[in-house]
Amino acid sequence: MNGGLDERALIGALSTGDLMPESAGAAIEEQRPPDASPSGSATRSPAAESVRGEGEFLEVSLGPHHPSTHGVFRVDVVLDGERVVRLKPVFGYLHRNHEKLGERGSYLAAMPYTDRLDYFCSLTNNWAYALAVEKLAGLEVPERAEYIRVIAAELTRVQNHACLIGFLLQEAGAMGTPIMYAFREREKVLDLFESLTGARMMCNYFRFGGCRCDLPPGWIEQCRRVVAELPRFLDEFENLLATNEILMARTQGVGVLSAALAVNAGVTGPNLRASGVNYDLRKADRYGIYDRFKFRVPLGAHGDVYDRYMIRVLEMRESVAILDQALAGIPEGPILNPRSRLRSFRPRAGEAYGRLEAPKGELGFYLISDGSGSPYRYRIRPPSFINLTVLEDLCVGRLLQDAIVILGGIDIVMGEVDR
Amino acid sequence: MSRGVRLVGLGIVKGLIETARNFIGSYRDPRRLVTVEYPEVRLPPVERARTFPMLVYDGADPEAGLRCVACKICEKECPPQCIYIEADRDARGRVLKRPRVFDVDCSVCMGCQICAEVCPFDAIKMNTEYELAVADRFGGLLLRKSQLVRSTEYHRTVHPQEAVEIDAQVAQARARAEAKARAGGGG
Amino acid sequence: MVEAIDQVFVNLKHAVVGWAPPAWQAWVSAGLTVAALMGVFMSLFALVVLLERKGLGRIQNRPGPNRVGPWGLLQPMADFIKMLTKEDVVPAGADRVVHFLAPVAMVAPVLLAYAVLPVGRNMAAVDLDAGVLYFFAVGACIELSVFMAGWAGRNKFALLGAMRAIAQMISYELPLMLAAVPAVMLAGTLSLGGIVEAQAVPAGGWLARWHVLTPWGLAGLALFTIAALAEANRSPFDLPEGESEIVAGHLVEYSGFKYALFFIGEYLGMFAVSGLGITLFLGGWRSPASFLDWVPSYLWFFAKLGGFVALFIWLRGTLPRVRGDQLMALAWKLLVPMALLNIAVAAGWHYSAGWSFAGAWLARWGLGLGILGLGYGALARGLYESQGFGPRVYRFAD
Repeated sequence: MNGGLDERALIGALSTGDLMPESAGAAIEEQRPPDASPSGSATRSPAAESVRGEGEFLEVSLGPHHPSTHGVFRVDVVLDGERVVRLKPVFGYLHRNHEKLGERGSYLAAMPYTDRLDYFCSLTNNWAYALAVEKLAGLEVPERAEYIRVIAAELTRVQNHACLIGFLLQEAGAMGTPIMYAFREREKVLDLFESLTGARMMCNYFRFGGCRCDLPPGWIEQCRRVVAELPRFLDEFENLLATNEILMARTQGVGVLSAALAVNAGVTGPNLRASGVNYDLRKADRYGIYDRFKFRVPLGAHGDVYDRYMIRVLEMRESVAILDQALAGIPEGPILNPRSRLRSFRPRAGEAYGRLEAPKGELGFYLISDGSGSPYRYRIRPPSFINLTVLEDLCVGRLLQDAIVILGGIDIVMGEVDR
Repeated sequence: MSRGVRLVGLGIVKGLIETARNFIGSYRDPRRLVTVEYPEVRLPPVERARTFPMLVYDGADPEAGLRCVACKICEKECPPQCIYIEADRDARGRVLKRPRVFDVDCSVCMGCQICAEVCPFDAIKMNTEYELAVADRFGGLLLRKSQLVRSTEYHRTVHPQEAVEIDAQVAQARARAEAKARAGGGG
Repeated sequence: MVEAIDQVFVNLKHAVVGWAPPAWQAWVSAGLTVAALMGVFMSLFALVVLLERKGLGRIQNRPGPNRVGPWGLLQPMADFIKMLTKEDVVPAGADRVVHFLAPVAMVAPVLLAYAVLPVGRNMAAVDLDAGVLYFFAVGACIELSVFMAGWAGRNKFALLGAMRAIAQMISYELPLMLAAVPAVMLAGTLSLGGIVEAQAVPAGGWLARWHVLTPWGLAGLALFTIAALAEANRSPFDLPEGESEIVAGHLVEYSGFKYALFFIGEYLGMFAVSGLGITLFLGGWRSPASFLDWVPSYLWFFAKLGGFVALFIWLRGTLPRVRGDQLMALAWKLLVPMALLNIAVAAGWHYSAGWSFAGAWLARWGLGLGILGLGYGALARGLYESQGFGPRVYRFAD
């Protein structure tokens, strides 16, 4: 996993400000609101202040009301003609106090809020939180529950990657067709979730030590039917777009993320693997029962948007392979650890960090317990937020259109970025 | 990185064939026209679907048959704290085992069904009604006890399997309680 | 009988003009033609807007609008009412005169362009001797209106959109005109009526000699269609109104009826340039074979126009947007050289018309397609793979 990460070099780089632009310190101090005087540019936004160079620059604010910013998200872009000179993401529009709410209620009460983090992937969010609490309390999970967790997580991964590809192509300008195909398949997966958990998106399904309720009768057959149709959908999707010359010209060579920068910035998930770094938590941590399944990890060579797109398509195929194996091998048995309690759940004092390979990257929960019914500290490591920190490096020097496509390729969800 | 002669433009043609296939397929294959034309066509309800809570009562009388005993466990466990319960008191001020006030603010409720999960008496269950739009933003979705009560017949229509199981359990528990009362009274 | 149906509108117009007093007849004639053209093409616009939404919907596995009226046929009506009743917002710092004139400057030249299109036999409004030249001159006015729209709104997004639009439209004027040159060259006249005449069924034959049935006509039609897509700002060249990036680009400050006018201008422009393409390459109002001559000429024209519109909708539903610099590279590095090559091939075709040895037809076609194919191969490969674009193979870890 190392990829050349040298602690001393990292600390050295941080102290000289190598990883951050020179005038970032100055820009952070002069945080006055941009003056919107009708006559024009009396004062300039902090993003533009720190730009040095010749010529007229155009400062544009993309968002927060914008079709392509993946939620309420603003990007202050300074353009030279159509080239991006400086780019500052501004977020916080969807901040909902999740971490503080986690400290207020009980451990169980935080579970529905984790659904709403990355609202496309509620089941993996639930699992990450359950992992952290199970580490904290030392709870074992029965085998059938582990299988159910793997099935749910891989289904989530498939529908998330399908959505992402749809959104990326929507932003590249394909008028809605790839999105509609992706959502057609997603509907089938959401129907599965509804018959299993009662809700399509906000599932609130995993509990500490297992699952809330067992699979309903006929669910495995329904799931098998859905999974059997997925390869054909993936073939159609590839036919539609993977060799489309316009798409290749739009995404190849655009937004190249070097492996060194990716590792230093903490980028995880398909973005990291597209840059060629072999790091998948399902293989590295072997959490759950992932070591029982045979699947491959695709790696990209160039680190551009096309690689990120194709890696996700390949990961969908690998998820289908995992699903086939899991559905074939799921045993009978209990689904909840008998020691787990719904109410008055008081894990002993201590701390735990539970993480897993969410579809967007490494999703982690860091919990500090003081022995009471509520966590003392409840901290989320949001993959979208950390992946977003490299946005400026990817976009500088490219056109504005490329910036939109790069943003689409990083796969962010504002619910996770802002929490 | 091209291997051999590759005609530039072929990828576009493949894409066009794919969309043409979907266009023609939308007239012939129902899987390629997936729109459900609500409200004329509604999807069949799913056993476990859930939207907002409801209070279940046995028998015909919502007051007498209400299973809720105002233990306030659901109020305590509710994550966004959208339930407000006041227990009923008799003439001398002693707490009775039924709620006088049971409010659920559905504009706050997340539909997480933790209240239904923790209720020891199977009194609060999840409903599946979703056509609840009201014009009053402030308090229009605050459902009072009278709006929340549903009979077990209704429960059986929305959640057939769960209702049958729970009714059986409740009937068993009641039979045991009566048997104990008779044994205690008789002996 | 066939002739009567074919000429019914012409005869009707002559009858009505005959009722008017002699001093007014010219005005009445012109007025009727203009009214008829506008009426027909506006209704076609309404119909095509609906068909586009339904066509895109079916491509995307959904029915498209079907609530307003049977099959959604009243949807354009509903859209029209909505557009009319919207508040007409003019931004505070905007240049009011230019803001008002831009939609007018969009629709007026487009309507002028219809004056020379032969919609049926004897049904061109004005049969100018230099019809093609007039058409292109008038079409170039539209670019000005796009820039006026972007400039007047005093909005950075609009300005970006306007600048992109100007770059795109200017780049694609040249391929458009160069693609039209072989047709003009071989028909020998700039008049559109004359070009349609030149594509008639030859004496003793049954198949019409449409220009598209030649190698240079095929390539010319393809080039013309691509350039027409770019001129009309249609996907995949809808960069100026890059909806997902700069949210309607130069149109972002328009609402209500002015927006509708831009919309109308865009679609009418699409019809006009398709009409020109049909006239130049697809034989205008001519039927493809002599035994199909009984179908009225205007029906043939509109059928071909419908084919073009269907193709445009299909392309819109499939292809992502081309990036700005790549779009201009496409125009200058691929389309212009191909168009020039096409002119040479057309000249070769003309001068080899005298060949009469066995297999001459095959030789002429082979030569034409061969030269064009080699040119396309070399140019496209050069443009595309010089930047390293191409499908990739991915490796898997361990």
